[in-house]
Amino acid sequence: MELLKRKESWNIGYDHALGETASYFFAQVRDNAQIYGRLDPKSGRVLVPPRAFSDQTLQPTTDWVKVGPRGKIEAFTIVYEEFKTLPDPPYAFGYVLLEGADTAIGGFFRGVDLRDPAKAAQQLKLGTRVITRFGEQRTGSVLDFWFELEGKGGKSKSGGAEVGYE
Amino acid sequence: MAKRGVALRGRTLVALVLAAFVLVALSIVWRRTIGIGQSEFKPRRDDANYPELVREGVTLALNDAKRELKDMEAVVYSLAPDALLGIGNAERLGVDAVGARNKRFMRINTGGATGISSVITGWTHIAAGVCDVVLVAGADKVGESGDSQTILNKIWDPTYERALPLGTITMLAMSAVRAMHKYGMTEDDMARVTVKNRANAAKNPKAHLRKIVSMQDVMASRYIAWPIKLLDACPQSSGGAAMVLASERYIKRNKLDAVWISGVGHCSESYYMGDRMGNKIMADHADAHALARAFERSYKMAGIRNPAKQVHVAELYAPFSNTEFHAIEATGVCKLGASMRMMRDGFFDLGGKIPINPSGGTLCTNAIAVSALVRAAEASLQVWGRAGEHQVKGARVGIASGNGGDHQFFGTMVIES
Repeated sequence: MELLKRKESWNIGYDHALGETASYFFAQVRDNAQIYGRLDPKSGRVLVPPRAFSDQTLQPTTDWVKVGPRGKIEAFTIVYEEFKTLPDPPYAFGYVLLEGADTAIGGFFRGVDLRDPAKAAQQLKLGTRVITRFGEQRTGSVLDFWFELEGKGGKSKSGGAEVGYE
Repeated sequence: MAKRGVALRGRTLVALVLAAFVLVALSIVWRRTIGIGQSEFKPRRDDANYPELVREGVTLALNDAKRELKDMEAVVYSLAPDALLGIGNAERLGVDAVGARNKRFMRINTGGATGISSVITGWTHIAAGVCDVVLVAGADKVGESGDSQTILNKIWDPTYERALPLGTITMLAMSAVRAMHKYGMTEDDMARVTVKNRANAAKNPKAHLRKIVSMQDVMASRYIAWPIKLLDACPQSSGGAAMVLASERYIKRNKLDAVWISGVGHCSESYYMGDRMGNKIMADHADAHALARAFERSYKMAGIRNPAKQVHVAELYAPFSNTEFHAIEATGVCKLGASMRMMRDGFFDLGGKIPINPSGGTLCTNAIAVSALVRAAEASLQVWGRAGEHQVKGARVGIASGNGGDHQFFGTMVIES
């Protein structure tokens, strides 16, 4: 027999409140191109991205701590497959432990030739030193910044402003 | 051993009396009142809408056990994130398919761990002495969205991480790169898992991906998210599954055959993936620390002290080839980082010392809402000696696991004959 189908889609808009901690974090990213973490006074760990409370000690965090812009790669992947509503491949992203931080923050890696997967993966291997770059038009989003390999020298190849250098 | 260490009142040991999966085939009644069937999971099931797919599994299960819906005292409904199905709170729609009107009914959702969490919830109803016989059922139609990664991007926090193209593939690709760095895991090691599981799935008529593949096939398949290639990844499956659990009292009264759930455990991990790397970490994203804790809890209940010697077969939730390694290590049958070499040596093959995923596992069949329920059902089939072509000879003690969320929620079981 003929089996019928019905096309449906979900497209629901939200206006998510970020709360005080994340609002401060994103305002600093937007206005000053600066990444901040929050100190857990009990463990001494600096949580990045900042949380109002620690996942380990369960205590409220107390102080803002400047972190970065340098850091090292803790995890990465390079996506070669297209997914609906996600960016066009290829792209590389992952997690970076910024200087002064104890936890890693997610972001894109730019300025790496991704055409040869093995070579690109070698360039992004764990422990590789990176530097944070900030876009010129910042909106207060994790997409306002990204990471590039350190030691490549000169101006960002991907058009980022030279803020974020120490 | 089955009954040892179970601290339940009046030996209300919970037994699995039957597990049936949508779509027939093996619904032969082997013994008088008990049976296990299994589903032929597929990319789509256009001949059945969602509640019909749920009902199909339930009916098969009940027929196979010679039980009726009216016999069931409670229903635990196995349903993962709504958007995978495209129906909000689909348990509302599914309630009739499981005959739950006028009965205790609850939906369970722990992401990929949903199925095993549901079985454990069914067990809890009986262990608490509230019920004697409980139906656990669900279904999924992941193929109808056709893009689970877009949906699974929505499980990330909109505050900090949603803007990144995170999905379960990229999340677990990042676990893989950490395992490569920490233990020297290679893409060949990963491919070996797929080759093993596909060979097993070829023997399992219910598995979705049943084509045998070679190392070369896996290595030549295209990258999805480095280092995960197409053949390192699970399919998007449609199908359903159901199980009936009963108390020892009920089983004796009705003269049923059964296998025994002798241990259950759950454990959770904190949310942020970036907290599982960096300084002073309590868990490494390369591993599955909370899964290991969940297994320890199951073993304690079952009285298992040395899993490497006491466990005969394992059905471990591993939707990508690399994740089978950290799942194996979490079972305690070997140390962290040791499973790749053992895989190379055939330790985990069907016919090896401890066969892992003789059904082909989640890597070959992933109808998310019931994938971890299938793990429990497959482990049950094995210790029951009814797994057919993929039977592990002489298996009497089996373990099963489920992983869900952001590599966060873990459930485990020990099942014995």
